Formats: sequence, C-alpha cells, structure tokens
Amino acid sequence: MEGDTGMKEVSLEIDGKKVTVQEDTTILEASKGVGIDIPHLCYDPRVPPIGTCRLCLVQIEGQAGLSISCNTPVAEGMRVCTENEEIAAIRKTILELILSQHRVACTSCDQEGACKLQDYAYRYQADEARFGLPERRPTERNYTTKSEAILYDPDKCILCGLCVKYCEEVPMAEALTFAGMLDEMRVSTAFGTDLPESPCVLCGGCIAVCPSGAMVDRAAIGKGREKDLIKTRTVCAYCGVGCQLDLNVNPRTNKIVRVTSEPEYIPNRGNLCVKGKFGMDFVGHPDRLTTPLIKRNGKFEQASWEEAIKLIADRLGQIKSKTGPDSIAGLSSAKCTNEDNYVFQKFVRAAVGTNNVDHCARLCHASTVAGLARAFGSGAMTNSIDEIRNAECIFVIGSNTSEAHPVIALHIKEAAARNGAKLIVADPRDIELVRFAKLHLQQQPGTDVALVNAMMSVIINENLLDKDFVKARTENFEAMAEAVKEMTPEKAEKITTVPAEKIREAARIYAKAKTASIIFSMGITQHTTGTDNVLSLANLAMLTGNVGKESAGVNPLRGQNNVQGACDLGALPNVYPGYQSVEDPQIQAKFKKAWKTNLSGKSGLTVVEMIHAIEAGSVKALYMMGENPALSDPNLNRTRKALEKVDFLVSQEVFLSESAQFADVVLPSLCFAEKDGTFTNTERRIQRVRKALSPPGEARDDWQILCDVSTAMGYAMRYENASEIMDEIASVTPIYGGISFDRIEPVGLQWPCLDKDHPGTKYLHKGEFKRGKGKFHAVRFREPAETPDKKFPFILSTGRQLYQFHTGTLTRKSRAIDQKSPTGYVELHHEDAEKYSIGEGDFVEVSTRRGKVITKASVGSRVAKGWLFMPFHFAEGPANMLTNDALDPIAKIPEFKVCAAAIKKAEPDLER
Amino acid sequence: MTELGIKRFSSLVELEGMREKLLNSRSASAKSIHVCTGPGCVAKGSFKLYEIFCAAVEGAGSDVQVQAKCVGCHGFCERGPIVVIEPGGIFYQRVEEPDVAEIFRETVLGGRVVERLLYEDPNTGKKVEKANEIPFYKVQERIALSGNGLLDPTEISDYIAEGGYTALAKVLSPMTPEEVISEVELSGLRGRGGGGFPTGRKWRSCRQAEGSPKYVICNGDEGDPGAFMDRCIMEGNPHSVIEGMLIGAYAIGSEHGYIYVRNEYPLSVERLKNAVAQAKELGLVGETILGSSFSFDIRINRGGGAFVCGESTALMASLEGRPGEPRAKYVHTVESGFRGKPTNLNNVETWANIPHIINRGGKWFAGIGTEKSKGTKVFSLVGNVVNTGLVEVPMGITMRRIIDEIGGGIRDGKRFKAVQTGGPSGGCIPAEHLDARVDFEELTKLGSMMGSGGMIVMDEETCMVRVAKYFTDFLQKESCGKCTPCREGLAQMLYILDRITDGEGQVGDIERLEELGGLLEGTALCALGKTAANPVISTIRYFRDEYDAHILDGRCPAKECRGLFRYEIDPEACNGCGICLKNCPADAITGEKKVPHVINQEKCTLCGTCWEKCPFTAVLKV
Repeated sequence: MEGDTGMKEVSLEIDGKKVTVQEDTTILEASKGVGIDIPHLCYDPRVPPIGTCRLCLVQIEGQAGLSISCNTPVAEGMRVCTENEEIAAIRKTILELILSQHRVACTSCDQEGACKLQDYAYRYQADEARFGLPERRPTERNYTTKSEAILYDPDKCILCGLCVKYCEEVPMAEALTFAGMLDEMRVSTAFGTDLPESPCVLCGGCIAVCPSGAMVDRAAIGKGREKDLIKTRTVCAYCGVGCQLDLNVNPRTNKIVRVTSEPEYIPNRGNLCVKGKFGMDFVGHPDRLTTPLIKRNGKFEQASWEEAIKLIADRLGQIKSKTGPDSIAGLSSAKCTNEDNYVFQKFVRAAVGTNNVDHCARLCHASTVAGLARAFGSGAMTNSIDEIRNAECIFVIGSNTSEAHPVIALHIKEAAARNGAKLIVADPRDIELVRFAKLHLQQQPGTDVALVNAMMSVIINENLLDKDFVKARTENFEAMAEAVKEMTPEKAEKITTVPAEKIREAARIYAKAKTASIIFSMGITQHTTGTDNVLSLANLAMLTGNVGKESAGVNPLRGQNNVQGACDLGALPNVYPGYQSVEDPQIQAKFKKAWKTNLSGKSGLTVVEMIHAIEAGSVKALYMMGENPALSDPNLNRTRKALEKVDFLVSQEVFLSESAQFADVVLPSLCFAEKDGTFTNTERRIQRVRKALSPPGEARDDWQILCDVSTAMGYAMRYENASEIMDEIASVTPIYGGISFDRIEPVGLQWPCLDKDHPGTKYLHKGEFKRGKGKFHAVRFREPAETPDKKFPFILSTGRQLYQFHTGTLTRKSRAIDQKSPTGYVELHHEDAEKYSIGEGDFVEVSTRRGKVITKASVGSRVAKGWLFMPFHFAEGPANMLTNDALDPIAKIPEFKVCAAAIKKAEPDLER
Repeated sequence: MTELGIKRFSSLVELEGMREKLLNSRSASAKSIHVCTGPGCVAKGSFKLYEIFCAAVEGAGSDVQVQAKCVGCHGFCERGPIVVIEPGGIFYQRVEEPDVAEIFRETVLGGRVVERLLYEDPNTGKKVEKANEIPFYKVQERIALSGNGLLDPTEISDYIAEGGYTALAKVLSPMTPEEVISEVELSGLRGRGGGGFPTGRKWRSCRQAEGSPKYVICNGDEGDPGAFMDRCIMEGNPHSVIEGMLIGAYAIGSEHGYIYVRNEYPLSVERLKNAVAQAKELGLVGETILGSSFSFDIRINRGGGAFVCGESTALMASLEGRPGEPRAKYVHTVESGFRGKPTNLNNVETWANIPHIINRGGKWFAGIGTEKSKGTKVFSLVGNVVNTGLVEVPMGITMRRIIDEIGGGIRDGKRFKAVQTGGPSGGCIPAEHLDARVDFEELTKLGSMMGSGGMIVMDEETCMVRVAKYFTDFLQKESCGKCTPCREGLAQMLYILDRITDGEGQVGDIERLEELGGLLEGTALCALGKTAANPVISTIRYFRDEYDAHILDGRCPAKECRGLFRYEIDPEACNGCGICLKNCPADAITGEKKVPHVINQEKCTLCGTCWEKCPFTAVLKV
C-alpha cells in the first residue's frame, strides 16, 4: 500500500464492536471510525491531545478508574465501554460545571445549531443552572475588540484550550495564550496586544476549533445561524494549494456569511489561510460588474448582451479578415475554471484561427514547465502535498511558502517541527520558514544556479550521489558533471554570498536523506535564467535519486488557483490541451477532427511578446479573460501604453480592473462562487468547483460568453453545462482521459488519469520518467539581466505577501485583510536605512531604469544589506513600474526577481 | 578549595587522599560552634549570632583552636535559634545576641555549660545538655537529615571530610549501573515527593527507555504551605542531593541534570549554586567525573512559585520555558518527559537518601520501616503542637508518638482534634486513628496521604469545615485551570464551603461536595486535581457532625465561624472591670462598674475584641 508506514494493526472491541486499526490510533479515533461518537470538547485531529475537558472518559476493562479516550492509544485485545450510567452521570456533571461558566445565549448566538457544547448539553440533559448561572462579566475590551476579523467573547469561553493549542501547533503562530487566573482566566494574546498587532496570521483556526461559540467571525455576526445557511463545498479561489472549503451562504440575502472547512478535507485538512477564510468579501461586492459595458467617446456605457456580443464579433471579424487571425491575441485566465480555459483556447484556435493564446502562467511558472518538461517530460509538481509531511529533508528554494502558499507551509512546518525533517531554506530573505530550518542559505538574488551547482559538485566530489539511479534512470550525466565541476563551494560563496561551509552542509543533508523533497516557486522561475534554475534543481534531484518516489521529488508550487489547469487545458501558445504540441501534424490532425475546423500549425505569442507585438503594430486586437496585465506585467509603463494603443480590447471581468479600464468592451462574468466547474491544484488534483450563490445582475459564465461570441463569429459552440465540457476535454486530453464530474465528486483525482478505471497518480515518474530517461542538463551560471551599479546600487526583488493576492483585485475588498495589510511597502536593511536616513514608515522613492514609485519603508533585517523587496499587490506604488521585462530565452518569463534599483527618502511634497 | 588548595580530582584515589588529609588537619580537640541557619532560626536572627561568634573567634587570637560555622536546620525550630558547641554537643536553645559572649567565654573557652540556655525537659523539669537526650530528638532516626546541624553547607570540604562522595566513589568503582539500580530496588526506597513510586523501578524504566539524551531532575519545588523539609536539606546539606543525583544519573545513563527550586527559596538557590560550583571545580560534577568516563552536569532552575509546578509534567513544561501546566500523561515521563526525552524525576529527600543507601547497603535501609514503606520520612510538624519543627522518623511509627513524644502534645493543655498530613491535598485524621502507623498505604486508607511530609496538628478549637475551606481555597488558587473538573469543580466546592461557613448552608450541600469530590478524584487530569478534594472528603468522613451543625443548626461547634456563635459574658466570672466595655468598638457592652456586664447581641459585630481583652476569661463563645 502506498504510504504504508510500517505500523502494526491492532484489534480491539469497542462497545461490543470489533475494530481493527493502526497501533497508534487513540480510542477516540478508533471509536469515530465505527460510528461511535464519544463526546469531546477539546479534541481536534490536527493537534496533539490536550485532554482537559474530561468528557471523553471511557472504561477500559480491567483498568481501575476511567481513561481519557482522546489520549489513550488502543491495545491488542482491549475492551472498551464508551458509556454506561456512571460515565453518563459524570459527563452530565462536567457539562453542568462547564455551563456554570458559560453564558448560555443560544438565542442570539451565531454558533447556534453548530455548537458542540449545545449538542452535548442536550444529549445529557445538563441543567445549566444546577451550579448557579454565571455572572455576566462587564464587557471590557479584549484582544479582539479592535479586530475586524475575529470576536472573542470570554463569557462564552469554556477554556478548553483548543484555540491556543491550534495556534501553537498548526500555524505555529503562537499568537494566543491563556491569561489570568481563576475567574479572570481567559484567552488572550501576549500582554493583551490587539489582534492586528499580534503575531496572529488570521488563519481563523481558532474560530474553527472553538466548541462553544466564544470565537466567531466578526463580520458574520447576526448574518445567519447554522439552520439559516446552506453550505456549499468548493475550492478556494486564491493560490494553487486548492484548499477545500465550505461557503456558508444565506439564501435569503444571497451572501456568503462565513467560510468554513473540515479536518477531513484534502489537501488542507480543514486548515485555511487568511485569504480563504476572510478574503471572500469580493464575491458579493457592490463594485461587481453587472451589465456589459461599451466604451463610447472614452466613457463606458451600459449595453445589452446582444449589442456587446455583436460588436465584438463584428470587430474581431473585420480585423481577422483585414490583417489575418495572427493579428488577434487572447489572454486566458488562471483564475477561471478548466472548462473556461478549454473553451477560451478553443475559441482562439478554432474560431479566430491563431495560437496567440497565453495566460499569466507565463509570468510565474513558464520556466518550470519548460525546464521540467525537458528534464523529466512533464512540467508539474512531481509529488503530492500530503507527502511533504513525511519527507526526511525538505529543500525550499525561492519559495516564501508561509506567505504565498500558507497551507502547504503548514505541512512543511509540521515536518520540520514535529516529524524531525531537516529543512533547508535557500532564500535571499529571512522568511518565516527560516525559524524552522536547520540551515538558511541566504543567496544573492539571481545566483541560484551557482548555489545548486556548488551543492552538486560537493555531492559528486564526496561521492554522495545515487549511482544506481543515475545509471539506470538518467542520461547525459557526464555533461552535467563537467558543467558543475568548476563551481566549487568557495567559488559559489563569492557569487552567492553563502558561506562555502553552509553549501557543503546543505549538500550533505540533502544527499544523505532517504527522501528529499525540493520545493520551489517564483524565486526560482522569475529570472532570465528561470529555465536554467529549474533544470539545475532537476539535476540535483536526479543526481541523488530523489525523483519517482514518495515524499521526494521536484515540486513547483503553482501560484494561481487554476494555473495548473489553465496550462493543462492548453491556454499556452505552443500546446493544445494536455501539452500536445501545436506543431505536431498528427496531433494537429486529431484536433482538426475533434473541433471540425482548420487550425494553425504555428506556435503563437506569449504574454510579454503580445505586448511587444501591439507596440510593433502586428497585433491589433486583444481578448482578455480575467487578466490584469496593467498591474501584473513587468515594466508597467510599457504595458499600459500597449493596452492604450491596441485597436480593439475586450475584457471579460468581475471588476472593472486596471486593465479593463483600457477596454472597448467589458463583459461581466462570474466569480468562482457562482460557477460550476473544476480547478486543478498544484499537486495535479482536479477538484470540483460548485455554485454557491446566484450571480449579480446580468453576469454570465465565462464559457457561455465565449460560446456566444464564437457562435456570432460563425464558429458554433454550445454546451449544456460544465460537465459536458469536461467530457469533451477528457476525449481529447490523454492526461485527463479518465476525468468526469461524477468521478471527482468526493476528493478529486490527480492526473495523469488516463481512463475511467485509472486511479489517478499520486507522484510522477515512478519506475520511468515521462520522457523515458531523465535528462541531465549542463547548466552554467549566468548573471541576471541587470546588476547593480553606481546609479542603481540596490538589487530589487518583488513578490507576494500573506494577506494580499496578486493584483489585489479580490483581497483588497476585505476589511479584515485591509486592517492587517493596508498598503504597499519596500523592505530594506536597517543599515541601509540608516545610511539613507530612512525611518520605519517613511515615504521613500524607489526607482529603476523603467520608472519610479513612492511607497513606505519597512526597515529591518528581513532582507540583507544592499537588497530591497517590494510586494506587487498594490495599485498605489505598483512594483511593476520598476521591474525588468527582460525575458528568459526559452520560457519567455520576465525577470521579476532581480533588477537594479535606487532608493531615497521621498520629498515631503510627494507624500500623499 | 582554598582551605587546602585542592585542585580538580582526577581519580578516586585523589578524593580519598584528600579526605584523609582533611581529617588529619582537624584536631580532635578543636572547638566548633554550630550556629543553626535553618529558616526558623534565621528568622529569629541566627545569622547575626553567627557574625558575633565569628568576631569572638577572631578576637580570641590564633592560638585558640576554634571555628564558628553556619549549619543546616537542627529541626527543633520551636526552640530556635539553636547553637551547638562541639565536641561535646552542648545544645543551647533560644540563644539571643547578648548570650553569645557568655557562651564563648564559658563554654568555648572555659569548658563550662551555661545552664540557663539548656533545654528543660517538661516532663522531668531537668535541664538537658545534649541533643540526643531531648525527647524531641530521642524518637527520631535521622538519615536524610543526618548532615544537618553538622556540616557547613557552604563548604564542600566539610562534606568530604564527613564521608561525602564516598557513595559516588563506590558507584564509579566497581559498581555497574545495573548493580546500583538493584541496590536501590533492594532498599525499597519510594518517592518522597508524595507519589511513593518505587525509586529503583523508576530508574530501571528510565534506563531501559529508548531515546537520548536522558535527563535527571531534582524536584525542589516544595509548595505545600507549612512544609520546609526539602528546603532544609537543600540549605543544610546540598551536596547530599548532588551526590544522589550523580549516582542516579550514572545508573540511568544521563549526562544532564536539573534542580528545579522555587524562587521563594533564595537561600536554597544560593547554596545549591555554590555547591554545584564547588563540585564542578573539584571534578565531581562535569566532564569525566573522578577520572572516569562518566560525565554529568547540573543546572539550577528557579520556579516562579506556582504550586502546580511541583507536579512532574508541569515542572518539566516550566523547565522547557512553557506555562507550568500538567499534561495528560498516558506515556510516563521516564519514557517521554523533559523535551520529550526519557526523564527521571525525584524529589530532594529521595535524592538525599541515595548516598546513604549506597554507603550502607539497600538491605540496611530496608531494615527500617514497614513491609511496604522502608526507611525514614521527614515531616514538618506544625500547628497546635508544643514542639514544632522538622522531624525524621522511621516509617511505621504511630501518629501518636510523633505528636505526643516528639511534638510534646497539644499546646496550652487543649485537646487534640485532628492531624492533617500530606500537604494541602492531604486529609485530616481524627483522634480515633492516632495509633495508625505512618506509611504510604495506611495514610491513604485513612483518606489522607503521605504527600511530601506536611503534618499539621489541630486542637479542639479548630473548625474542620474551615480547615477544608482553607485548603480548598489554596488549591483552587493554585489550580492551573486547565482541566474542567479541577477548575470548575473546585470553584464550586469552594463556593459551597463559603456558604456553609457563612451559615447559609443548604440541605444537600454535603452530598454535592461528595459528588464533586468524587468527580475530581475520578476525572481530574493531574495528581493535584485528583487529590484536591481530600481535605473536604476526609473532613466529611470524620467530622460530618460539624458540617451538619453548620448547615442544620446554624452553629459552629469550634466557634470559629463568624455568625455561627455569639459572645456572652459569664456573670459568675465577670467582676465588672469595664475593660471590655471600654474596648468594644460597637458600644455593644453595658454594665455598671463592679457589676457583671452584658453584651447587646443586636449591636455586637462579633469582632472578638472583648474576648481577647477580658483578663478573667469571662467572655465566652457560645
């Protein structure tokens, strides 16, 4: 069995039922497995047992006294009685004691109907007044008084400690603690700091685990109780982790009241991050687009669907016939469903007749797809999220996982803090994961190849490589070995600034681990050497035999909720769905037949190339679905000029984004909460997206709009529903061959899933690489496109932070998030700050050869001396005014992570 | 050591050689003044006495062979400050500053006894010269306390000269760890911190447990009100604890030791630190001890004063830097304790017994005590007893002998009512069980426990409901609040007890207390919670009539609960002196001079001033 941990099985009897479970299972868990619900208030499967509520006591035959079932492991032949008269009486008394301190206010409580305490009190008929009713404590401020996200009511708190434990064990934020003694005892932050100023990361776990309604979503108060709400399980719309969550919608108001998740959900085990938990305000936001808009005389006017679609079909038709189909380009979207993406690329390829289709994956993982496809034959995360927890070594490079993929970071932290995994973090910044790391390699931005090559030279020199694997499974080893030979740790130290000894230690830890998993993200990919970086990591993994087995692999973390799916479904200029080359005549023939039309055999333009082609005048029309290049692309001044210049611009959007404002026609579409369909997460898991509420105004599903436009252009497309589209996808996309809505209903499936009987694939390249043999590449270090000089002495990197997402279109509509992360900033080292007389919170001007922005200074030691970091989410002070649009020659990904910059204190009159 | 210029010992031979040298250098005729610096005597100014003695020694010149030294608690705190002159063991009690010159002149220089400072045996009226002739000491058998009163706890050379670290030497050559454990098992020694778990067995489990490093911890977090046994050992003979730990560490296979001492014991902390530093300097603690391959380091950690931190898992949490709260321990700490590693924790007194067991053999130790409880136990004898202090008695002695013979019976000729043993969560034992033997099982059977050795004697004027309330209040305040039964159950019990002592008890309150007590015993998370109801349950068991009197009759039989008795003036005894009238703050007393006075019950606020002031004990509580 996969994932077999070598645990023994144990048989026992619970209430007369025979049970067989693994030996480390607790009695409580074993009981749960056979449907026996032992009452408990302080147990949660995600945290070690606390054992304080004492409700879960059971009688074990032959043992004196009662045992707590949440903390007692099963044993062979054990006979357990989970309830008898004595135990029931004890439970009743304990509940009565708890109720003596809990203000029973079920009538006005949001938790009513979903409250464990209420359920048990009813089950045991506990008398709430038996030990006297608690005195109402005067309402005084507590640590949540100022929080927009969470409300804590000490009068309802039963001091079970689950929230404190969760905070300590799962996000490991350690924001919560108990304060006070006796009557004064309550949950608090250290020194009672207001929540927004505390280490709290707003994951909302405390609310999720609270059994008594003491912690609630502040925004949800009074908006609906359990029985008023309909829960729809769907996939989070933010990052690529693909957390399963329940949208709790009040059908009366058609509003999301709160977001919840359950411990049994995969892959997030019921854990969420701030965006999934508190970032859904955008869904029913008043700024949502509700009707089509047509720009007349520079102003948007409301229009009917017929009008708008006719206009688009006419204009695109004219351009197509005048300057040819290649003068039209389409930007698909990693936020939209697989079905939307499939229909979009089909529209561009079949109805327009060009391969000019791309999407923002170009800006994040194009180099991953290019690199891993060359090395392994497939460009996706090799292993599953769940496997990270059991890895012996985790090498995180260029991924600030805690902020960009917070729920995957929980797995990494668990591995390092609880399971003894050795964590190596290679990152120019002192990121949160460093706290849990055995080793932090703080390499200079843009020097990853030097670092990884040096590690490999150590591994080869010290004979730590997996010779059998190299011999049996790979090719081109010698060329690679020759290329890395020159990169001694000492030489790498000069390039990367990482001490040679640390490089050696990292190499040894990584090479000696039985299972070593590489995790990377934008810090690796967004370089002019992005493909090289990825190839280096693939080399490293193959050299040590860490591919094709559990808890190892090379694992790119995908940025957008469905960036994996958008790539899978062919929203790329060179491949049809399933990474089938547009230039391969046989494949072309297959799609011509399936789509019943002629297709272009020439690869199309990539994102940045489209912008450049507009500048050059060769692209006349751009059709955007949910993309926001006016904030997300490098060298914004240039991008915005292009958007202004293009003859005809269509935007299918949920908000009038920075980019949509340039459009000639804007079409209102649906957000994830209003859609049916699928997303594919970073671990290749295709999961169901389910409609939870009605869309605003006349907004329509993206694929429906596209079908209408396509049909109006003379290429008829018609589907009854998303499921029907998936069936068509399965018929033309081998890796999705076995996918259908009914099969993925419970927990999704991981591709490749070749046919209806295929179980999906937990990890790739087992036994054989997709391309046959894994291929080593001789990669040598190259400098970034721009290096610091006298005028621009700093290295500037851009990236994400925890609270915001991408261009902020969605997250910046949440009050809870806004409170925690109100505006942009630039991180700089305190010694640099001193040198330039910059103080914390001062306004500064950051400039590069491409532009300048004013933002706030965040002074500290998170970045090293001489380096700057800016999050790119903020329209005020947009980091992409500064970034370099130099491209990786293979993947055409721009170098967001390195450019030369200058910083100075902003002139007072420039302060806003 | 500066005294003899000893450097680090690199072998057992060097240690032995040093001991001989030390003994040879000490003349048998040299006088030694032992000033008690136990907590009781220190409180009565014994440090000052020591200084004055030192000055006297200085003034006497170098040709007089005499030294003054601070020693650990003698135990007879009731009679402090205590000064003993050696050789001869002349035992002076209640010594005050002006007495120093006389003692020095008469006894030290002149060899004469100062009669008036000797203890007078109340039974015979005779002055007693030596400690072992005093009834308080006669019945005692001192093992753990044997060095107290003898050694200067600040000087390792004193300990070495008296045979200190011979047990360690014996262990390092030629005993194997297995042999050490077997010897401790043979002794039958059980944990002196209260649990009474067999020490040898604990060591064996820890030795066998998988995982490294292993830790050895000394629990010096003595938190029971009125208890100071461990404190006196730590302050009086710190090296005995260190030596015990070294032997334990050797047996278990540990290199890291911690002593967790409550911060309220600054002198203990100071003396332990000093002792560890001295032992380190001599190579008795640290790397390659006495030239062997055995290494062991000891750190001193100070607790913040939470009672619950005496519980092993809470103590370990506190040592780790986390809140001192017990955890639900399905896995024993010997397997997964401090930092999740195998950890052996024993309390101070247990460790202090170890060197004696090794030196004199497990068999010798097992020859003392009862079938299941071996050796001796130190108690702090306090309350309404004539001789309060620290006593060490063989297991199996009756309670009556401790109270009557050592304690000298009840103060002021009053009658005995109960003795509370085992610390705050112990129980109260009434007169009818005074002949019970003091051992682990017997005390538990009576509804109390051995605990760490608190022993509070109460006379007839003690209200047992109030006693229960006092301890419940203490325990509730000291509860960490983590588990429901302890946090909420104790609060409810206290609430009910408050009600009863206020005269507002309800029928059914006793049953409610019993129910909650049963709940605590059966369901609380840690030992503190499980035993927290003992004071209430044991007083209900033996003194239920007192509860009934409060609840049903609105009367406090011991006349301690305000409002449940009243003051009256006995007209027979009152001669109308007017003192009560003058002092009454409520103008509740009337009466002409020389005529018996009367208390106006309406006006009386029950402050008790008249009762205190009346020179003729004419004011009565009724």
